[in-house]
Amino acid sequence: MASRLTRSNRAGWLFALPGFSLLFLFIIIPFFFAFWLSLTNQRLVSPNPAEFVGLENYRKLLSVAVVTLEPERDEAGQIERDSDGAIKYPRVRTITRNSDNPQYRGMGEWFRWHSGDNAKVVIASDVVFMKALTNTLIFALFIVPLQGGGALLLALLINQKLRGINAFRTIYFLPVVVSIVVISLLWRFIYDGDDGLLNSLLGMLSFGLFEPVDWLGRTDTALGSIIVMSAWQAVGFHMVIWLAGLQTISPTLYEAAAIEGSSRWQTFRYVTWPGLRNTAVLVLIVITMQAFALFAQINVMTNGGPLDSTQTLVFQAVERGYGKQDISGGSVISVVLFLLVLLISAVQGILTRERK
Amino acid sequence: MIRTATRIALGTVSASMLLSGAAMAQTELTMWSHGAGNDVEIKVLNQIISDFNASQDDYKVVFESFPQGSYNDSVVAAALAGNLPCILDVDGPVLPNWVWAGYLQPLQIDESKIETFLPGTKGYWNDQLYGIGFWDAAVALFARKSDLEAWGLRMPTVDEPWTKDEFMAALDAAKESGKYEFPLDLGMNDQGEWYPYAFSPFLESFGGDIVDRTTYQTAEGALNGDAAIEFGEWWQSLFEDGYAPGPAEDPADQATGFINGKFAFQWNGNWRAVATMAEVDDVVFLPAPDFGHGNIIGAASWQYAISATCPNPEGANAFIEFALDDKYLAAFSEGMGLIPSTPTAAEMTEMYAEGGPLATFYDLSAKQAMVRPVTPGYVVQAKVFTKALADIANGADVADTLDAAVDEIDSNIENNQGYGH
Amino acid sequence: MALVSAENRGLRLASRYATLIVVALVFMFPLVFMVVSSLKPDQQLLSDTSSLRAFLPVGDISLDNYYAAFERAPIGRFMLNSMFVTVTTVILSILLCSMAAFSFVFLEWRGRNVLLTVILATLIIPFETIAVPLLLFVSKLPWLGTDGVHWGWLNTYRVQIVPWIVDGLTIFLFVQFFKDLPRELIEAARVEGASWMMIYRRIVMPLSGPVLATAAILKCLKMYNDQYLWPLIVVQDEAHRPVMVGLGYFFQLQIAWGEVMAYLTLISVPVIAFYLIMQRAFISSIASTGVKG
Repeated sequence: MASRLTRSNRAGWLFALPGFSLLFLFIIIPFFFAFWLSLTNQRLVSPNPAEFVGLENYRKLLSVAVVTLEPERDEAGQIERDSDGAIKYPRVRTITRNSDNPQYRGMGEWFRWHSGDNAKVVIASDVVFMKALTNTLIFALFIVPLQGGGALLLALLINQKLRGINAFRTIYFLPVVVSIVVISLLWRFIYDGDDGLLNSLLGMLSFGLFEPVDWLGRTDTALGSIIVMSAWQAVGFHMVIWLAGLQTISPTLYEAAAIEGSSRWQTFRYVTWPGLRNTAVLVLIVITMQAFALFAQINVMTNGGPLDSTQTLVFQAVERGYGKQDISGGSVISVVLFLLVLLISAVQGILTRERK
Repeated sequence: MIRTATRIALGTVSASMLLSGAAMAQTELTMWSHGAGNDVEIKVLNQIISDFNASQDDYKVVFESFPQGSYNDSVVAAALAGNLPCILDVDGPVLPNWVWAGYLQPLQIDESKIETFLPGTKGYWNDQLYGIGFWDAAVALFARKSDLEAWGLRMPTVDEPWTKDEFMAALDAAKESGKYEFPLDLGMNDQGEWYPYAFSPFLESFGGDIVDRTTYQTAEGALNGDAAIEFGEWWQSLFEDGYAPGPAEDPADQATGFINGKFAFQWNGNWRAVATMAEVDDVVFLPAPDFGHGNIIGAASWQYAISATCPNPEGANAFIEFALDDKYLAAFSEGMGLIPSTPTAAEMTEMYAEGGPLATFYDLSAKQAMVRPVTPGYVVQAKVFTKALADIANGADVADTLDAAVDEIDSNIENNQGYGH
Repeated sequence: MALVSAENRGLRLASRYATLIVVALVFMFPLVFMVVSSLKPDQQLLSDTSSLRAFLPVGDISLDNYYAAFERAPIGRFMLNSMFVTVTTVILSILLCSMAAFSFVFLEWRGRNVLLTVILATLIIPFETIAVPLLLFVSKLPWLGTDGVHWGWLNTYRVQIVPWIVDGLTIFLFVQFFKDLPRELIEAARVEGASWMMIYRRIVMPLSGPVLATAAILKCLKMYNDQYLWPLIVVQDEAHRPVMVGLGYFFQLQIAWGEVMAYLTLISVPVIAFYLIMQRAFISSIASTGVKG
């Protein structure tokens, strides 16, 4: 490395400073302010002065506990069962709303499992947050391969010399051009439970055998429907990034590969993919970030329902900060989200570095 | 050079204008409303403003309108940034929140001027008047007269509404007739203010409430007591037994579902009445059923108020008084189908005059209407209530869901030091 | 090597096009639905969704929704506002972000790794979560006008532009692209005594066609399509409102779906046009990247 040629503190700062100072003023400072708010009880609308509360907001958000429910027994000490033979348990509210257990007050059931005859119930002080967290992770886990991989396939498909290929590229990109709010509105018609476009189409393709599904109204299909729509909408976006990466690979490398008679897979594996390494990191990071910022689709399509199956972290942050006028509550979620994604990108960074 | 020249020229012009008299002395009063995109409402407001501006020389109202969906966010943001206008409108149930936050000041208008106004149009907090509405809104059960006759159902009235059993019998009759996809449309897709506005009266009629109105310090017992749980079970049965589509309902249903014959009954507002009458000849508007503790519907619509930071409250009050004229109230009603705030204005309209097709709604508003909880905490309580109702409709455990809602409301009240009650 | 027969090649070509067309249909159908629906009266629009008629301009077709939409909202004004804000931001963004990335990739200076890490970390912050602190901040910022200093940025274009100029993603995009450019070119130029500004302008930027186009397109989309929450809270007068806030005008108690579709179609036209123009940058850049090899 001819480092003497490229070392320059003055020029380095001069080039970076205009951009960095704007970023500092308009993103970093407000974020630190949000972090400060998360340690107070600041409200959006209130005449009461804000007080410093330390980590209290974090405790309220993250507390979990496990309680054990013993089966209900009749007078003879036999375990009571309902008509299906399932063991009857007392309601969780008998514990959480019992004055003997003030520490569980305000907590609710998140999920439960069985050990022997007993039921172990995980209760959380903020069940909605826990569900939002889980959903966000699930969303990220599915959308990354779906969108990143799909986009790469599209980019390879579109990166061939064919007449009219630009028209196809434009079409694949079209959904990206339309605002996600608009897309979500349109897809409500597609996912509609009885006469939606998707149900009509599936009905036609199966000659009427297909039973209409209320895609956004069922806990087992709502999140999946939003994943598919989100992937569909943004896949063209990442196709363009992949394409920009493909453009940097020198044609001479392909020519060399062709001369050596390598197959299409070999060309991809040994010429294309290594040339796309930096692009791959970019795509991975961008999709992950966007996945954790999931908001508009939820806001337009499901409001977090049904039964919290599509709650997400940013949706909850906004719902609390603005809807419920609880700026500190919203800020806590933002900070937790920030730390979480920082952790994930650190892990991703290590993984992608090792592959080199 | 050029700039200096212009400035001098401008200086001369403005100096001469100052000398020329009163026209320039009009103080500007800024005014905001939520009606952007609603031509009729904006047209009437502009008419009032130009009439007012022409009627006197002291003040000039300058108007800005906002899309309704985001209006509250715009106002809160403006308040945070210290940028509120002088005159603004506010949704009735939100008014205590804004007063408590210090956004608004009491109105100084002649009490005699609003004596005959419908109760839902007056925004009181701590016995002081902060807002006054140019109209009210009401909901009713839309039905077809031919159906009621065919199924041998009694025609309910405001004084003798259907009981719970009669109501459920009507839904069963609709179901058995096989004529409709669902017996009832509740507009479940609209998970905004519609839920507490349209559905909390059902809860109140069962004997529960969103919050304990004697103290406004807790929801315990009101929202999760026996009456509330009974309400919740009934609410859930509406969806589980296929009487009505749940929260994932087609967003278009509220506009076209009843008209297209998808539903036998529809729980909808008077703002849909005119359009429905045009399509369904024999539509009738029935009062809310009585589930045991009276037949109740939600009251209060948008009201006009004056910001605390308004430097010219006299002018703002003068404008609001000016706008309370019956002819304007009637104009709003004629244009938008809303309920005029006074009986005299109602008489001036075709729809709400005695014997008019929508006169029922005026009666509903006068006799059935009950305001939503009058507390600054309502904004949050409404959100919690909405989520609880959507969850129950989606099959969540009734008692657990209502408990969770109570916990959230109580902790919110506590975090806000009791909301100043 | 065997010669590929003409027939075989024709078949392969046909199958390629078939794939391209099927994929195209998947990406087009909601937008076709949008445009077609904008021509239909509400009643028909809603009932057509249960069949293929949703995608066909059949029945009672007219431009009525467009006339009504123009009546309801100052659409021209909203679009001009959005376009002005978008174009200004995109140009400034490309300039400042590429300069910063240039510095991070090609220059060595103290603190650059820390700074780059901080910039990447800002990618994680969803805007919704800093909107309120930012609002309080900009409402008190000064601005030097021709007639002295003003306080507060509310109700202006600059409040919609300046905070959005620099973002971590755009810098990151340039950084990743620059890393793939041959460093020897830069070092050779340094040996010949070229200044950094010259290298940025004469060597790096001309090679950056694809990433310039990508960054411009993505920034343009962000500015034109996603500006909702921010203008909502910092812009109170109609004269400065952008298109996404304007969408709210169409969501009255009775949603006029036909008008919504017409509005959506109208506001999508400028972005599509912008994308088509930017496509040229891709094509022209292929030649230049070929040279560098």
